[in-house]
Amino acid sequence: MSFRIIGTGSYLPDHIVTNDDLSSFLDTSDEWIVQRVGVKERRISTEETVTDMACIAAERALENSNLKGSDIDLIICATCSSDSASPSAAAMVQAHIGAGGAAFDVNSACSGFLFALETAAGFFERGTVKRALVLGAERISRLLDWTDRSTAVIFGDGAGAVVLEAGDGYLASKLTTTGGNDVIDIPAHHGSSPFFKKELPPPFIMMKGQETFKFAVSAMTRDVMDVLQAASITPDQVRWFIPHQANIRIIQFASKKLKVPMDRFAVNIEQYGNTSSASVPIALDECNRTGQLKPGDIITMAAFGGGLSSAACVIKW
Amino acid sequence: MTLEKVIELLAENLGMEESEITADTTFEDLDVDSLDTVEILMAMEDEFGIEIQFEEAGKSVGELVSYINAHKE
Repeated sequence: MSFRIIGTGSYLPDHIVTNDDLSSFLDTSDEWIVQRVGVKERRISTEETVTDMACIAAERALENSNLKGSDIDLIICATCSSDSASPSAAAMVQAHIGAGGAAFDVNSACSGFLFALETAAGFFERGTVKRALVLGAERISRLLDWTDRSTAVIFGDGAGAVVLEAGDGYLASKLTTTGGNDVIDIPAHHGSSPFFKKELPPPFIMMKGQETFKFAVSAMTRDVMDVLQAASITPDQVRWFIPHQANIRIIQFASKKLKVPMDRFAVNIEQYGNTSSASVPIALDECNRTGQLKPGDIITMAAFGGGLSSAACVIKW
Repeated sequence: MTLEKVIELLAENLGMEESEITADTTFEDLDVDSLDTVEILMAMEDEFGIEIQFEEAGKSVGELVSYINAHKE
């Protein structure tokens, strides 16, 4: 026995930053960003913390599930930009909604939400929880070098959440990590120890575009084919592919390689940019709230990112 | 042999005529951006069964062909 998803929620900051806004202080243009990344605008937090965004997404997911916070006995939040090293974002959400049981964060960068789902699946497998809340919440804007046009134009902030209960909706999954920091590195806060002498890279996202693109497309097509095979499902039986919204060109290339038309991929990168671990649950919530998911629909989610990590899973709605 | 195949793949990926591409054509001439380059090199990797180090792939079709010939079985 694993889980099924019974509700979704998301939150995006109100503040919209357009490509023209970025062009006012970076040597870039709307045309360049749309062509290379596929982002037109992104939401950037002006006051909302990771905890604030996660709490609102959680409230909305609970409302969508007709449940109260006290009905939840496990919270796992995927994040790599948490407000505090401790308490975890999940612990803060627990306090906010009044849930019980355990609450902790999982960090696997942009793949984090799918790593968190798999972690939750273990609790259901052992029958130790009744209902879980799994989130992806990020304020990537605080990890960016806003003078670096190659990374600053890609990302946005936001949070997404799902409520799970015991069921048979998690058909197959695969997680992979290929450890290394040469393609993507997101250094943490360095602190100010007077004893530490080693020079460290600046605490901003570093990403090699071409290598990331190659890794992303290869990992996503391989992972999707592997989980579909494990679930004995063919690509044409999948109603929605919900990929991590990293770059429209990655999604288009994967669509070509998987021979699945783009109209079966959920895409919102144009409005929100890459929200890291929040992108998959935000896109899922949009599909849900716009009535595009019917009971029995097969959904394949796929993500990839720093670590390097990648993951995919097959869900029955 | 390799040259013909590389030109065929380039033409297919870029929607061009094969006659428009020669060994002397540079990637700059083809007006491809960095991500197009990755897509093309990945197609070459699949075709020739090798792994291509992007920074060593050369600047022209002829240089890419030499790289592929030096690395394939």
